[in-house]
Amino acid sequence: MTINTLSQDGVQRQQMPCLTKMERMIISMQDPDMGIKLRNQRLLITVIPHAMTGLDIVEWLIKKCSISDEEALHVGQLFVKYGYIYPLKEPRNLILKADDSSYRFQTPYYWMSTRWPASELDYAIYLAKKNIRKQGELIEYEKECYNALHKRINHTWDFVVMQAREQLRASKQRRKGDRIVLECQEQAYWLVNRPPVSPEHYKLTTLTKNTIIEHNRISLARNRVKSSICLESYVKYCEQYQPHDPIMQGCLPSNPWITDDIMFWNMNSETVALPTKLRVERWSFSFMELLNDQMGRKEFLTYLEKEFSAENLCFWQACEDVRHGETAKIPEKVDEVYKQFLAPGASRWVNIDSKTMEKTLEGLKRPHRFVLDDAQMHIYFLMKKDSYPRYLKSELYKNLLARAIVPQETKKSVFPFMRRQRHSSPSPALATQTAEDDGKAKYSNSNSGTASRL
Amino acid sequence: MCDQTFLAITFGPCDNCSQNKPLMNIYLKNEPINYCSLCVELMACQGLAKGETTNTLKAESESLKAKLEEERAKLHDVELHQVAEKIDALGQFVMKTRRTLKGHGNKVLCMDWCRDKRRIVSSSQDGKVIVWDAYTTNKEHAVTMPCTWVMACAYAPSGCAVACGGLDNKCSVYPLSLDKNENLAAKKKSVAMHTNYLSSCSFTNSDMQILTSSGDGTCALWDVESGQLLQSFHGHSADVLSLDLAPSETGNTFVSGGCDKKANVWDMRSGQNVQSFETHESDINNVKYYPSGDAFATGSDDATCRLYDLRADREVAIYSKDSIIFGASSVDFSLSGRLLFAGYNDYTINVWDVLKGTRVAILFGHENRVSTVRVSPDGTAFCSGSWDNTLRIWA
Repeated sequence: MTINTLSQDGVQRQQMPCLTKMERMIISMQDPDMGIKLRNQRLLITVIPHAMTGLDIVEWLIKKCSISDEEALHVGQLFVKYGYIYPLKEPRNLILKADDSSYRFQTPYYWMSTRWPASELDYAIYLAKKNIRKQGELIEYEKECYNALHKRINHTWDFVVMQAREQLRASKQRRKGDRIVLECQEQAYWLVNRPPVSPEHYKLTTLTKNTIIEHNRISLARNRVKSSICLESYVKYCEQYQPHDPIMQGCLPSNPWITDDIMFWNMNSETVALPTKLRVERWSFSFMELLNDQMGRKEFLTYLEKEFSAENLCFWQACEDVRHGETAKIPEKVDEVYKQFLAPGASRWVNIDSKTMEKTLEGLKRPHRFVLDDAQMHIYFLMKKDSYPRYLKSELYKNLLARAIVPQETKKSVFPFMRRQRHSSPSPALATQTAEDDGKAKYSNSNSGTASRL
Repeated sequence: MCDQTFLAITFGPCDNCSQNKPLMNIYLKNEPINYCSLCVELMACQGLAKGETTNTLKAESESLKAKLEEERAKLHDVELHQVAEKIDALGQFVMKTRRTLKGHGNKVLCMDWCRDKRRIVSSSQDGKVIVWDAYTTNKEHAVTMPCTWVMACAYAPSGCAVACGGLDNKCSVYPLSLDKNENLAAKKKSVAMHTNYLSSCSFTNSDMQILTSSGDGTCALWDVESGQLLQSFHGHSADVLSLDLAPSETGNTFVSGGCDKKANVWDMRSGQNVQSFETHESDINNVKYYPSGDAFATGSDDATCRLYDLRADREVAIYSKDSIIFGASSVDFSLSGRLLFAGYNDYTINVWDVLKGTRVAILFGHENRVSTVRVSPDGTAFCSGSWDNTLRIWA
């Protein structure tokens, strides 16, 4: 949804697509065979034809859409709110009651999609009619609107008064029953609508036809994967992550939002001594899961140190810092990276293939945010294909998994209606303020004794 | 039609301009005639300048589109619900409002979670941006923006700043200070500048870069420190309403959805539109990636939510129901991707089974449109913001 009413080529956009849907439903409600049964309704001394009760509407919705009472009442309310159905007894009270109160369908002439936006001119004519027909029939806000309109569209006032008189005269020639129905319909329409201010402006714009055609040509050349393979992957993903999804399967010890107990967050914090089993298992789902968890990253670094390939992870982290860091600091950061990881004889030299190394060194002459991307990707995939699978099979990982905690489910409180006290936690804004004061690095510390700042 | 008493011609050729339009019955010289609303206005004002509309024909691009659809269909060998037949159906679903956050003076338009899993930032029509500890429901910070309709807000990954913007066409970053006396607005950094309203903003992996989308039809990537434009993304032909960053390994793409009914996938480095999907029948209000990054869901004014797969390059599921008439304003996945939470303009939240395509539950509670729905970072709850001035945490 947007405030702009025109599309780029100057055509009026379809406003409120929900109206088309509502109208389809309204039409099927009025179907002579499958729709709602209508009967005559007595209103004071006149008989209003084709009326129905609120209960009829709700029951029809329940049957047609297979929904609950509550939802059917809710949907019915929307029809009344948008003026497709109006109440007869209390016309100013636009709500749906699921009892024997009477309602009628609004005529398509007054549907929101037909007459939207409700124009000021129309409203002025309506108010003028009311005023002429019976002095003092306008209520407070209508009087105010009438005066405001008189000021605002004064140049059309002759037309307004003329139309009001003509319409009144024409309606006098109708049968009383018809007249009452028409008045009800018109009144319902104006109770639903508030006339907005602006008339329509049109403007010309052009579409870039060529870029669309170009884009479609490129799309045609793309490689696609079979649906069955893609869809199977969702099923696998959902199955794999289901035990980790608190909304689907709950979480141990308990969901903090439900029981007011923050044990779950405490046990899964970054600095906890021993992680939970689910957390450690999750590291085995994908390399990204391992790296996204600070504790997992630390564990992996420890493993890599044993393998004498810790510089790979440090290099990757340094590249991330370049990619996502401040633009102004890029040249100096890139320079540091070169000195530490890429220069011949560097203290933490990383093993990149010669082609990538050449390309990177060339790019370093004019350092920009993405200059280290190729090298970073190379090292990332190296770790992913080689070090990561070995880590998962290593003693370090298996030990941790064996020692990891499976939390006990919180026992249900003896007094379930007593609310536990909700403790506040230190704001992350505070935590990093102190860290900045200490001059700590932005990413996790390495355990090795070598310089960790880049 | 059952209303036999009043048969009016409501659509047809206007007696004045002969165009087929919705008609109004008016009287001229005691005779009833049918004019279209534009002619009536003209007659009443006698002098309104009449504009012209233009329609461009895209014959060549239509035929290319048809070929593209053909190619996509060739690899479509199975539907999602067929693949999902072997999975167990979900049981009875119970979710309740666990917290109600009251404090905004007007419609809540947007919210975002902090990575600490309990704090949130929310923005509203009255120009206020509030940072809450949702767990205790305490308000921790409040910022008053110089404009109303703050349609976008985002929490920085470090938790030390928030970004927000709206009708001021800008995105500003406010560092969060815990000093009670400090006026947060004093340290504000103006980062993004668009030529129309800001509809959505998001930090990339760090506090240093922001991705924004705007009513001017573009998305842009900005450097926070310097306010410099790093990359701009052109390709939408109408307002861009929403964007989401891909959770992929290489972290280089994002998806955007707009009023031109298209969802576009972009490469952040080159600014190119990599993939495009156009199957919705109306504006796309919200886009969200599936947790694996291989697909994304959209919520639209046509009252449906759809799932698009990036590798198959097509729409793979539609989530809709006859009784859902009003548009979906916001969508988000649960942690495993099995559930899709969608907030609608008819004040409800519907929960969908992503794989089977069925609706699992409908949640009532809000008293006006639901404008935003976001699942918490650890998946324990989700938060919904609404035009009834409140936010609710559901679990």
